Amino acid sequence: MTSTIETITSWTFRLATYFVILCAGYLFLDIAVNGSKAVFTTKAPFINVAFLTEKPQTLHVFEPKEIDAELKSSKAKIVSLKAESRNLGSGETEASSELATQIEALEKRIKALDIERKAGRLMYGDNDYRALTEEPSSEQYVYSNYAYSGGGIGPAIVGTCLLVAGSITIALILGILCAVFLSEYSRPGKTLQLIRLSVLNLSGVPSIVFGLFGFGMFVLFFDWGVSLLAGWFTLAIMALPVIIAASEESMRAIPKGFREGSLALGASKWTTIRTNVLPYAMPGILTSSIMGVARVAGETAPIMFTAAFALRDQLPWEGLKQPTDFFFQGVMALPYHIYVVSSKIPQNEYTRNMQYGAAFVFLLIVGFFALSSIILRIQVRKKYKW
Amino acid sequence: MSTESNKIAGEGTGTPIIKIRNFDFAYGDSQALFNINMDINEKEVTAFIGPSGCGKSTFLRCFNRMNDLIDIARIKTGEIQISDVNIYDKEVDVIELRKHVGMVFQKSNPFPKSIYDNIAYGLRIQGVKKKVELDEVVERCLRSAALWDEVKDRLSESALGMSGGQQQRLCIARALAVQPKILLMDEPCSALDPIATAKVEELIHELKKDYTIVIVTHSMQQAARVSDRTAFFYLGKLIEYGQTDQIFMTPRDPQTEAYISGRFG
Repeated sequence: MTSTIETITSWTFRLATYFVILCAGYLFLDIAVNGSKAVFTTKAPFINVAFLTEKPQTLHVFEPKEIDAELKSSKAKIVSLKAESRNLGSGETEASSELATQIEALEKRIKALDIERKAGRLMYGDNDYRALTEEPSSEQYVYSNYAYSGGGIGPAIVGTCLLVAGSITIALILGILCAVFLSEYSRPGKTLQLIRLSVLNLSGVPSIVFGLFGFGMFVLFFDWGVSLLAGWFTLAIMALPVIIAASEESMRAIPKGFREGSLALGASKWTTIRTNVLPYAMPGILTSSIMGVARVAGETAPIMFTAAFALRDQLPWEGLKQPTDFFFQGVMALPYHIYVVSSKIPQNEYTRNMQYGAAFVFLLIVGFFALSSIILRIQVRKKYKW
Repeated sequence: MSTESNKIAGEGTGTPIIKIRNFDFAYGDSQALFNINMDINEKEVTAFIGPSGCGKSTFLRCFNRMNDLIDIARIKTGEIQISDVNIYDKEVDVIELRKHVGMVFQKSNPFPKSIYDNIAYGLRIQGVKKKVELDEVVERCLRSAALWDEVKDRLSESALGMSGGQQQRLCIARALAVQPKILLMDEPCSALDPIATAKVEELIHELKKDYTIVIVTHSMQQAARVSDRTAFFYLGKLIEYGQTDQIFMTPRDPQTEAYISGRFG
């Protein structure tokens, strides 16, 4: 009896784990498979450089009119045939099989037409479209366009990297300062507990609230406008609670003996912290910081009002009147771009590449940060081990 | 016979380098040390013995103001003079003090750096950068700590790869690098095996020539072996202080005798 219960419990845990792995695996695979169509090519250099570097463009599509019309009518016919077959009684097997063959034939025809359509259609990005001397005649072609679906996601990648780099710097500096104060200088007591508790609670605040805070504080009150600087600070402040808590934890984990040993040799408190506490706490601090920022870098809400533009023609270093303008310009960012392309444009064969491709690239970037933080930790850990 | 309030134990028995006068010390509201008066002589080994919690370690950590790290620790009255300077005076730079008064801790605490860097640490934080000078000091200190022959070929390896006894001797060598006058040892052998202990004790004998050593120990045999003078503490009070032979052979105070003969503690 007990063994049965044991088996059931163990299988419950096992299945729950499998379920989670399955869901995560499906998600990643789906994005990777669909996204790699946009990112990789079959020809050397096997990476779709244009997709990674170009600016987003509107995709202009011209489909052959005749084929398009026939496709539409065939599809409509199939629908009507299917309805007819549903209305047939159970006895009329002959009529039903007759309809089935008709449907089959039509489907075959559609497939053939589809290949023809793909061969005959014309697709242009903005630049090519404008360069056309003569538009394809509207008698032969059906015209449609899809925003964001041409070109690439270059500015969004650049923007995200800038946002991450800036916010990591700010968050690291502020986080380490706070953590050093909390763990080394503050006196234990109720006030410290209160500070620690409120810092921890900050990490539970929804990201949209941080976004609004950043909007009110940096964009409006400091009058920085929708800018890189505002985005940096908003993201940094959002990542700070996690960074402070983890940094403080890693500093507390340093044995007291290192501090005492150093102080007893005549080192000042700051020298002791600088040479005998911070270096050993660094692996923990760096890992938590990079992970913390990588997590918030994936948030759309905080940058939506503070730093992100849905579309910007210029890369951040283009068209600057003076160097400081760099900090006061909005940028495109991948999370916001993904939000825009997945909610503001229709989903079809022309837009799917862009949607999945952006998500896939973003996944790769976040994965890169996570990986680098792990490698960094191993490296620093090797140097300082106790 | 407990010490009378104003009689100074050990006065006039040598050249005193540490003078403790009417010293009262408390952690918050609980007093840890009561009215201690004693002189500690230069270039001698003085051992503090007594049962756990009697305040001997606390007392030792007052000599280099290590207790400053504890927020609630405070001196109620009295003073400690080292080389005739009250170390709790506002003018005294605690960093300078700690350079003069080195400390070796109960748990050996080599830094997770190389052996060389451990010894050089004390000088580097003072701004010494010359390789020649550092090399010279590292060798001198390791030789003084009788460690040179054992580690001279692996100075760049991590200090954490050493055995427990070696680590403790490394900590002693590290303390010597800043050229202190006084060396405080807080139960330096409590985590070591007998052979490592014997080596450290041998080292203490050697170091006595150049340094004043104050050692806290739980082992009465150790106190008897290494020290010239012994002080017995009980419940935060200095009960008896005198020549080690005298304390162990003919203790004057019944509490000392009871502790030494193993009836309590």
